[in-house]
Amino acid sequence: MAGNDIFDSYHYSDDMDYELSSPAYGTDSEGEPPSGDPEDEDFYDDDTNNYFTTTNPKDERRFSEVEYQVHGMDDLVRIQKTEADKVGSIFGLSLTHATMMLRSMRWNKDRFLERYTEDPERVQRAAGIADVDPEAARSLAPPVRDYFERFSAPLASAAVDNEGEKADVPDAAPGLPVDPIFIAHDDLSLEAQSKRARTELRADTLCEICFSNEPDTPLYALACGHWFCVVCYHEYLGHKVRDEGLLTRIQCPTAKCPNAVDEPSVEMLVSPRDFQRYQRLLLRSFVDDNDVMRWCPAPDCTYVVECHTPQSALTSTVPTVRCRCGHAFCFGCGGGDHQPCICALAKMWIKKCTDDSETSSWIDVHTKVCVKCRAVIEKNGGCNHMTCRKCGHEFCWVCMGSWVEHGRSYYNCNRYSEKSSQEARQFQTKSRATLKRYLHYYERYHNHELSARLDHQLYLQTEKKMLKLQQASDLSWIEVQFLRDAVDTVVQCRETLKWTYAFAFYLVRNNVTELFEDNQRDLEMATEQLSGLLESNLDPQATPSFRQKVLDKTSYVAARRQVVLEDTARGLSEDRWEFNVSLTD
Amino acid sequence: MAALPKRITKEIERLIKDPVPGIIAEPHEDNLRYFDVVIAGPTQSPFQGGEFKLELFLPEGYPMEPPKVRFLTKIYHPNIDKLGRICLDILKDKWSPALQVRTVLLSIQALLSAPNPDDPLDNNVAQHWKDNEKDAIATATAWTQQYALPASK
Repeated sequence: MAGNDIFDSYHYSDDMDYELSSPAYGTDSEGEPPSGDPEDEDFYDDDTNNYFTTTNPKDERRFSEVEYQVHGMDDLVRIQKTEADKVGSIFGLSLTHATMMLRSMRWNKDRFLERYTEDPERVQRAAGIADVDPEAARSLAPPVRDYFERFSAPLASAAVDNEGEKADVPDAAPGLPVDPIFIAHDDLSLEAQSKRARTELRADTLCEICFSNEPDTPLYALACGHWFCVVCYHEYLGHKVRDEGLLTRIQCPTAKCPNAVDEPSVEMLVSPRDFQRYQRLLLRSFVDDNDVMRWCPAPDCTYVVECHTPQSALTSTVPTVRCRCGHAFCFGCGGGDHQPCICALAKMWIKKCTDDSETSSWIDVHTKVCVKCRAVIEKNGGCNHMTCRKCGHEFCWVCMGSWVEHGRSYYNCNRYSEKSSQEARQFQTKSRATLKRYLHYYERYHNHELSARLDHQLYLQTEKKMLKLQQASDLSWIEVQFLRDAVDTVVQCRETLKWTYAFAFYLVRNNVTELFEDNQRDLEMATEQLSGLLESNLDPQATPSFRQKVLDKTSYVAARRQVVLEDTARGLSEDRWEFNVSLTD
Repeated sequence: MAALPKRITKEIERLIKDPVPGIIAEPHEDNLRYFDVVIAGPTQSPFQGGEFKLELFLPEGYPMEPPKVRFLTKIYHPNIDKLGRICLDILKDKWSPALQVRTVLLSIQALLSAPNPDDPLDNNVAQHWKDNEKDAIATATAWTQQYALPASK
């Protein structure tokens, strides 16, 4: 990938240097490579806000960032068309056919090119294109313009172009498309003409769906020559589009006929509303099938993100993207932003938390482990003389020592200092260490999550504070935005912190892990300080200094976050982290 | 009840005029969408000699939606479960409106001749079929004798 050379030239040090690409400082980075320059040693420090993180992350390439693009619906239609055009022009295919074949190859252009060069017929068959039954093809008469005039009454939509000429159909039946639609079968070589989809009035053919042949109702057939009346086709396609949904292609109504109904045919035969729906479904499948595209998961968001980070790179990168709607998410797994934790670990962690966290805390509080067989035991009544159901070991619930030493002093344990019971308790502690370790990380993760949930309130409060600040001082609305930026930063940092705990849980204890935790601690401290600052009461007298303080803190916190993200991302690409779980399951 | 589509009327006419050998399908008088079906066990199969009763219903969406078919007679078959439900592609995603009651019943008859343990509905029966086909066929024959003989109706 093109990104590698950028990475190579990247200089890293404990103190991160920050590219300045916001307009105000834009001159600094002009004429320089977009990545960090080794000579450009701009260290942040506590009392400067010169290095405020920029709003346009694409201008600077970091380890923790990936390249991506956001597309709207219109872009998608265009991309789809361009792709089909490209391969179509290579092989001289019509847009319709190229689209159908690409779709059946899940829009993998390379695979299509390879397969099509190898065996074009097979690819066509797989896409459901004109597997012509020669018998049926022979029985097709060329479409005659007369037909259109004759069957104009019930179905205006059933118009087909006749050798390039457009046929006009004056009026339409209710419930069916009003405007005559012309199909541009653009692949009309002479031999293809006998293999094309067409509409005809055929007195001798019975529609296999309604078992009738109304004299006025034309029949329609794909290139395979399976005739059905247009009313049934209308019903059939409408049913597929409305009730079945999620279709990538609609087969010819004949059982087991491999041919697919092409887009122009669908357009001609269904109501405009259904056709719109059909196109939406196709668009959805275009994105779903496409490995480099993903719908933004935010509610009601219609944007699509294109990112070329392959699935295989997910163990070394966390492709976090931000949609035009503002929602940040992981392109790799489609889940929320879980930087710096990689997808596999994030998934494991979430599963563990939903499965285990409540249970684990409960187990921790309410149960003890049998010294002999490690069975988890809950005492739900009775005396302290416990007999393990599993191994039969008898012990005292209070001191965990063997019951034998208790003799006859039932119901009362005063033997806390006995050697054997001490050992038993040590065993207990040891067996709980894993659990405690998990709970340690979980509690911190959960804590940040809870704080993040209160964000909404914090935003409201901040809004009020901004108003107050504006009234109390001579600052303009633009100038008080720093508060909002600060809150944004806090929220973002909490999200990041949350996942650092999940990440740390899976790290093997070693020196690099300790460095990671140092960075984590710095970020956490800074975030809490900023958060505290934001919640402090406003002193109208001290507004300028308050503003300065918040600005400084914000840039510092943002910088600390970048340090954590960069360091983790770099570590991932260098394979520096050692995990205590396998990433492959 | 909504008027019966012409298609269904025609199908019924055809079924009566030109019945399928080995299959009887009669609609109820009070509900022409509900059919009583009897399929004769195909020769050369463990179901030979049996008469299998089925119910067939044409839902509102028919023919855009497949008919609902179920065995009423107990049968030992890897693609038919205890409740008589049938695992057959054309009754599910491979349904086509160009298929008919007649073709569906023919497919079911064919399924009796050629059980497909690789796409099972009843795992136990399918496993039995795969592990020991001879024994499974013996069981199927025994079930046919026990539940599907014309006399036992």
